[in-house]
Amino acid sequence: MSFLNYFINGLSLGSVYAIIALGYTMVYGIAKMLNFAHGDVIMIGGFAVYVCTSSLGMHPLIAVLISIVVCTVLGITIEKVAYKPLRKASPLAVLITAIGVSYFLQNLALIIFKSDTKLFTSVISIPLISLADGKLVITGETIVTIIACLIIMVILTLFIKKTKAGQAMLAVSEDKEAAELMGVNVNRTISLTFAIGSGLAAIAGVLLCSAYPTLNPYTGSMPGIKAFVAAVFGGIGSIPGALVGGLLLGIIENLSKAYISSQMADAIVFSVLIIVLLVKPTGLMGKKMSEKV
Amino acid sequence: MKRFTSLMLAVVLGATLLAGCGGNSAGSGDTLKIGGIGPVTGGAAVYGNAVKNGAQIAVDEINAAGGINGVKIEYKFEDDEHDAEKAVNAYNTLKDWNMQILMGTVTSAPCVAVTEKTKEDNVFQLTPSGSSVPCTQYDNAFRICFSDPNQGIASAQYIGQNNVASKVAVIYDSSDVYSSGIYEKFAAEAPNQGIEIVAAEAFTADNKTDFTTQIQKAKDAGAELVFLPIYYQEATLILSQANTMGFAPIFFGCDGLDGILGVENFDTSLAEGVMLLTPFAADAKDDLTAKFVKTYQEKYGEVPNQFAADAYDAIYVIKAAAEKAGVKADMDASAICEAMKTAMTQISVDGLTGAGMTWTSDGEVNKAPKAVVIKDGVYVAL
Amino acid sequence: MKRLKINRDYLITYGIVIVFYVIMSILKGTNNLSSLFKGLLVPLCVYMIMAVSLNLTVGILGELSLGHAGFMCVGAFSSAFFSMIMKDSITNPIVRFIIAIIISAVVAAIFGILIGIPVLRLRGDYLAIVTLAFGEIIKNIINILYVGKDADGIHVSFKDAASLGMGEDGKIIINGAQGITGTPNDSTFTIGIILLIISLFIVLNFMSSRSGRAVMAIRDNRIAAESIGINISKYKLMAFAISASLAGMAGALYAHNLATLNALPKNFGYNMSIMILVYVVLGGIGNIRGSVIAAAILTVLPELLRGLSDYRMLIYSIVLIGMMLFNSSSKAEQWKAKFSPAKLIKKHKTVKEAE
Repeated sequence: MSFLNYFINGLSLGSVYAIIALGYTMVYGIAKMLNFAHGDVIMIGGFAVYVCTSSLGMHPLIAVLISIVVCTVLGITIEKVAYKPLRKASPLAVLITAIGVSYFLQNLALIIFKSDTKLFTSVISIPLISLADGKLVITGETIVTIIACLIIMVILTLFIKKTKAGQAMLAVSEDKEAAELMGVNVNRTISLTFAIGSGLAAIAGVLLCSAYPTLNPYTGSMPGIKAFVAAVFGGIGSIPGALVGGLLLGIIENLSKAYISSQMADAIVFSVLIIVLLVKPTGLMGKKMSEKV
Repeated sequence: MKRFTSLMLAVVLGATLLAGCGGNSAGSGDTLKIGGIGPVTGGAAVYGNAVKNGAQIAVDEINAAGGINGVKIEYKFEDDEHDAEKAVNAYNTLKDWNMQILMGTVTSAPCVAVTEKTKEDNVFQLTPSGSSVPCTQYDNAFRICFSDPNQGIASAQYIGQNNVASKVAVIYDSSDVYSSGIYEKFAAEAPNQGIEIVAAEAFTADNKTDFTTQIQKAKDAGAELVFLPIYYQEATLILSQANTMGFAPIFFGCDGLDGILGVENFDTSLAEGVMLLTPFAADAKDDLTAKFVKTYQEKYGEVPNQFAADAYDAIYVIKAAAEKAGVKADMDASAICEAMKTAMTQISVDGLTGAGMTWTSDGEVNKAPKAVVIKDGVYVAL
Repeated sequence: MKRLKINRDYLITYGIVIVFYVIMSILKGTNNLSSLFKGLLVPLCVYMIMAVSLNLTVGILGELSLGHAGFMCVGAFSSAFFSMIMKDSITNPIVRFIIAIIISAVVAAIFGILIGIPVLRLRGDYLAIVTLAFGEIIKNIINILYVGKDADGIHVSFKDAASLGMGEDGKIIINGAQGITGTPNDSTFTIGIILLIISLFIVLNFMSSRSGRAVMAIRDNRIAAESIGINISKYKLMAFAISASLAGMAGALYAHNLATLNALPKNFGYNMSIMILVYVVLGGIGNIRGSVIAAAILTVLPELLRGLSDYRMLIYSIVLIGMMLFNSSSKAEQWKAKFSPAKLIKKHKTVKEAE
């Protein structure tokens, strides 16, 4: 019974990682950049909901919608100001700018919202499920997060496979120059990717803060890095890979805390990642890289 | 092109160096310069900001009442980002400002690094909250808070002597100096008090969102009491996750847990029955606390935590010692330090965090830890 | 001819460092340097060495490493551990510190080889994430490492200080998260500059050596390099290990500059690795002199912004983004091409000649 509990706890943590990883993987797959500011967009999404519900007293659902709008606009702005001018520069330059943006968002939030931790009231009102005389507990947040993850995954897959914009994204991710020659507007496609990625970040922020209800300017950074690891774990650029990677990461983290050592949980998680990458160098579900001569 | 860039960078460097030179002008001599150091950005910003603000209130009050020995205080607070190297930089910046007395640093690890420097320069240092042992290893350094070993031992003794529980689980932050310091001494003292530690679970700074596994292990081990030598941010998560899991032991914490009732939106019923050893409670009804809490809320819009209270006391302790030692504004830092360190052992101060606080020459404070329990959303003394 | 030009370029780099040292020493000697800058001199050397050593991995080897602070951490802890044990046996601080630096370089190089063997098989971003993972593992393990010394010798535990089982005279040296306290303050600006020059010498000479050219050949075209019989693993590992050992030396310098040594996310986590990467990218990938200068500016900048108090880090981040945009964006490139001094002179000349 304990094992099942640890497993379910891992699943609920993993589902949060997965939903953040979806945003990471999406941006990476198309723009080929590690968007280090993704975790901080999540934090902004959390604060947007917090302000709407706690200070303005709005209905949680409206708050979530506003938060999605805020994050999407933020994502587009960041892309336009900080990433777009560097489209032709080396990927490393963009990486560094992303780090600059991450610092900027954290410090902006620090000035606006102050450093003290705020408690986030969960926007999910589904009661928890209690099995076997309360020995097994599944929270509403876990269920909603996992369902949200699956829905988003399906929608994203459909979007990419069935719509013109989605096909354009696919083309850009395969070969930017060739896509441009075929008449795809590369700039607009990349901007659209950022918009979607940031909108996903808002949803991730809401779910993260609902499941683990504290909020401060640094809330997003560690889950962001963990989710990034999850995305690599599953094969970065792969949408189902992000889901699998996130869930596995959460489960491994919690089981190693439970059965090996709570002090060394981080080290164990990262060791598993290394072993997986050594066996499968492009992650669990990543595409095989072909060698070009 | 590369050359152009590096040329430009070199020019900027030259300019910055010039800007940094020649800062050694003499002090004006009509104010007493007190410097503060702590993290006001980064993950530990909440503690630094509390100290910065708490001290500011005390400084404003003292200045409004005529200052120390008739001299106004000038107060400047520098950021250290909770990093030893940045703390030394902050200290050097304050030195260039001709600081005479140092109130800091807020967190333990940077404090140890700065103590080494204040010792070298013979500057009087009073840390509000640097709780690890080496923070006050030299005779020029004193502290307002309890040291970590003291808290660990006092907690074990309290639990043992009052028969609160015999089966205890501990959840602590193994990457934090404060938390692991308390845990270590608690674990060493526990057997002497007839306490059995059934589970000792850690988390780290990189891994502090999900505590369900640690709580589950404590639950499975049959713990009657969970000892939380951690800060209140993580404690709020632990309390709410334990509640979801239907685990309701006695929770027992140290001074880091104070502030839990002040967290915005926190469902205080979750903290019902939590016991903590703390020198300060924001809900205390005495005039001094009430006035401080009111001013703090008006000025900064938050309920002050124990760090703010420690800093407020620190400024008043500096005032008491400076008055005892007859410190004048035109004395240099070293002369002030010599006078202050003898005066510190002779004064007794009634502050927010304790009545009749006295100090020994090794820098430790003598004050009684208050055990409080949270009942109906307020602290009640035990 | 080419060779000569390279040498002149290197000499300028050494020259800048030496001029910097002389100016700082004069200012220090005549008491014209503020305490802040006096305190910053050793950290400046630390970050310059870190930037030079990471540039070897990123610029010369062409692999992105996000775990460089891990090697610094290993070097810092191994050297500080040695100094703590030998504090009473070797009283000459310079001799003790030199041995400590050598130990830090050797230990970090060993870690570099051990980590490099598996890591260097990977490519691109996957390699980056694995180096990040190794950096975090090192930090995590140091945080739970307890080492003490008593009459029986050295005791090690990964649980807590109590399980070291030490005798009466036992002294804990590495105390888990509390780290090492009381490391002797052996780092000086002079030693720092000497280490920086040694690092520059190693990296610059490596670049123009046979091995260095092999490494660059691998970076530019791995398959072609392999086809002409270059042993890829050997050369990659060589560059990676040298880079790690230089970072270890920087760690020793860092550890002996502060009385306390903790493995916090701030100083040895991925944040620090990224900060070093920022120096390298801003200074120009593969441009060693650029790394030195960028490291210096970005170390000094946050200190100079202290006057802005609450807005300090916000402004710092804006400056960082601005510098990156100015340095790498295509618009800025055009602008610079238009107004670069060389071009202006040339234009002037051509105009004249036309007349």
